[in-house]
Amino acid sequence: MTAQEASGTYHPGMPTYLGMPAFPAAAAAAVADSQLRANLAHATRTIRAKRAAAVAELADWEELRAAGKTIKDHTLANLDHYLLRLEENVIAAGGHVHWAQDATDANAIVAGLVRAAGTDRVVKVKSMATQEIGLNEALAAEGIAVLETDLAELIVQLGHDLPSHILVPAIHKNRAEIREIFLREMPDAPEGLTDDPRALAAAARAHLRQAFLSAKVGISGANFAIAETGSLVVVESEGNGRMCVTLPETLISVVGIEKVLPSWRDLEVFLALLPRSSTAERMNPYTSIWTGVMPGDGPEEFHLVLVDNGRTAALADRTGRQALRCIRCSACLNVCPVYERTGGHAYGSPYPGPIGAIISPQLRGVGSPADASLPFASTLCGACYQVCPVAINIPEALVHLRAKVVDAKREKIISPERTMFHVSGRVLASPRLLAAAQRGASLSGRLVARSGRIRRLPRPLSAWTDTRDAPAPPRESFRAWWARTRGTR
Amino acid sequence: MRIGLFVTCLTDTLFPDTGRAVVTVLERLGHQVDFPAAQACCGQMHFNTGYRREAVPMVRGTVAAFAGYDAVVSPSASCTSMIREYYPALAGEAGDAALARAVAELVPRTWELSEYLTGVLGVTDVGAYFPHRVTYHPSCHSLRMLEVGDAPLRLLRAVRGLDLADLPDAESCCGFGGTFAVKNPDVSAAICTDKVAAIIQTGAEVVCAADNSCLMHIGGALTRQRSGVATMHLAEILARTEEA
Amino acid sequence: MTAPGGARDQILARIRAATGPEGSANGRVGPAEKVDEVYATLPRDYLSAHHDPASCDIADLFAERAADYRAVVERVSPAGLAAALARILAERRGRAARPLPFVIPDGLPAEWLAAVPAAVQLTSDTPPLSAAELDMMAGVVTGCAVAIAETGTIILEHGPGSLGQGRRALTLVPDFHLAVVLAAQVAADLPDGLARLNPARPHTLISGPSATSDIELIRVEGVHGPRELHVLLVTAETGAAP
Repeated sequence: MTAQEASGTYHPGMPTYLGMPAFPAAAAAAVADSQLRANLAHATRTIRAKRAAAVAELADWEELRAAGKTIKDHTLANLDHYLLRLEENVIAAGGHVHWAQDATDANAIVAGLVRAAGTDRVVKVKSMATQEIGLNEALAAEGIAVLETDLAELIVQLGHDLPSHILVPAIHKNRAEIREIFLREMPDAPEGLTDDPRALAAAARAHLRQAFLSAKVGISGANFAIAETGSLVVVESEGNGRMCVTLPETLISVVGIEKVLPSWRDLEVFLALLPRSSTAERMNPYTSIWTGVMPGDGPEEFHLVLVDNGRTAALADRTGRQALRCIRCSACLNVCPVYERTGGHAYGSPYPGPIGAIISPQLRGVGSPADASLPFASTLCGACYQVCPVAINIPEALVHLRAKVVDAKREKIISPERTMFHVSGRVLASPRLLAAAQRGASLSGRLVARSGRIRRLPRPLSAWTDTRDAPAPPRESFRAWWARTRGTR
Repeated sequence: MRIGLFVTCLTDTLFPDTGRAVVTVLERLGHQVDFPAAQACCGQMHFNTGYRREAVPMVRGTVAAFAGYDAVVSPSASCTSMIREYYPALAGEAGDAALARAVAELVPRTWELSEYLTGVLGVTDVGAYFPHRVTYHPSCHSLRMLEVGDAPLRLLRAVRGLDLADLPDAESCCGFGGTFAVKNPDVSAAICTDKVAAIIQTGAEVVCAADNSCLMHIGGALTRQRSGVATMHLAEILARTEEA
Repeated sequence: MTAPGGARDQILARIRAATGPEGSANGRVGPAEKVDEVYATLPRDYLSAHHDPASCDIADLFAERAADYRAVVERVSPAGLAAALARILAERRGRAARPLPFVIPDGLPAEWLAAVPAAVQLTSDTPPLSAAELDMMAGVVTGCAVAIAETGTIILEHGPGSLGQGRRALTLVPDFHLAVVLAAQVAADLPDGLARLNPARPHTLISGPSATSDIELIRVEGVHGPRELHVLLVTAETGAAP
């Protein structure tokens, strides 16, 4: 029993993402970064087209999506049943299962396991869950060195940076910037390293190879955990995942509780949905599936760390729960007009983009400035919903969370915004008050308009006129015209 | 067929020409249109900004205003979406069974203009004449929520003299997003920049859409940049003839 | 397992509170048997195969799709397999600056190696080679458990007793992987292919050589796994399974 369990404390959160600015301010800075804008526009446009082509190949794409949604919803509604079954089968196959309530819990468990394995360095596969809990930083504080082995995560790590995309975390860096990072931070970077992506990938391969072959402990996440068999699945492209889950003596997998699937058969759905939605391929280069330990093949010790860290809060929200269906494909990021202009850092979370805007405030709560702003970081255009392989209705969840943010603030403060919405709500619900307001607007509007346009409005509407003209209210509203010409009804 | 015009608070207040145009088009096609003055706002702005409780009186008002009409027709895909997609949930949240029943009865007879013309009336040629180069921006609500498909384009193609230019990246959002436009003005403007660039690239004199909200935002940028490109609601183009 | 009241119990309690009550419209079922019953009735309206093996040459489809990933795919007849395999290994040895052995997993059919010239050194993995030793191998030759035509995927089933596929490290560390796929092993699509596997064993699904798109989304082959994948697809002369 950890000290935390004894005291009954449970603090879901993301320790390395504290104090992030609210989205509007972060986004304002991001849209001005021309390098970022260029990288994002190129990357997202490319992958959008490829994804559409990969999906168009399958005549039953909508049926696969529907099955993915149904299987996930059923699993989430009966999550305890499936987690218990998963635990049973992992243990039966020789693995160990640990349960972590929050980031602190999970980090303590992992650190303990690493120390027990008698080493102070680990190799790690990209895992959103470990990013979320701030595992690398927590291990570093315990004197344990973590080597990220995904090329993009390596770039982010060497650049002392944060990931900005779920699938391609270094999308905000172009090849020249990556070359600079390697030359500066990689002691074994080859002389005369060019910025050709092939050369950069080769440099990463050489840099990591010895670490792979000698590591005693590997840390991974998992894309799926199969309850029926106790199997874990890691979907990847480079081979570093295989390296980390196969070669070390000890493997620790940190997996969010929402990753469980009922049966082996369900992989026929999710392995069809994920590669086409994420890298726009029929299948990704490597998928590893393992169950517990297999003597003579792979790690001798396997530890599964199941993490809650706010997922049960999302589960309790009947509308917000759908966010837990997410299979981390990032298709929503690539079609989002907001993400395309701001990149991932502006979201102040390891989960950016549309999915991030609904999952981060659920995992972390809506109390912080960042989380209170995330549900509003969307035009509600719905492009994300269209491409989500598990049919998460992101716009519906966003609007739902906006109400949560507003309701959370109701008790606390009377803000100018709330007053404005309260007053305008009365006006817009009453045809009489609306007509009166229209007459008032007509009068004042025409005083400031030039050629039917208003160039400047006072705060807060200056946010509009900073970049756009506003229309001048007409001499007569529609209802006034109708009443005058057609008689009032 | 008793048609009630749901003009929407935005069009009522700022773009009355659009309301007049809808009446003109429907009357030209031989239908009588009423404007029930008890209507005000559908509540979308409040609902979308998280003020769901404040939206409920607007739901009641809208439902009451349109009781008894065979068809409720609106020149706004976003307001039509609000009624069809979100009124049922709001009525449920209000815990008002009578309201929920009234909403359920309203939803199937509420139409956005282009859907109504092509889908219900079965008409694509409304007798319009507009000899100008026009490009069409499909609003996200019309495209993804109502799924009006190519109804607006079919209507535009039937307009005599009209030179329809394809808009590059047409399905990209314009960046308005309701209160997003003022809560996240930098991103809103950034998205609009690309929409404006695509419009200018077409060489069109006019950009048209089925939503005045998008047009207000796009148009505001077009005039700020002194681009010389005008905005017109789809209804206003359809209302034009040789005489007017 | 943690003591009562520990993390496990608290998480389970929160899950039950979040998803309850049973029979609710949100799909929480209750007793385990009932959950399984409901699960069995979940609608699955998707296709069991996107190309019908009855009307489509799925061995052909596999060859085409595997080649799409920049795997080198050669079709051979059963009679020609040994010669083709020998030729490929000899070629690779010829090109290498230093001649290194190829690893052969236990259970690989001896007749497949019958034509390999003496100059090409073959090494077994019994006793198991260390990671450093594997790193010095020229490549590895394996069979497979199943291949998926729709996605051009080869699936290896590992663990002691798996024939000709070896432990996972064998197809991971060496830079060259030659995989033999028999036509009968080709399944049309994922549902059929996955059903043929034994979930208790480890599996590796391979679709082309390793790759990354992390730099400006440009796909670069050859990062950590074998940088070259060569596939020998064995089909009878007439195209039917041997």
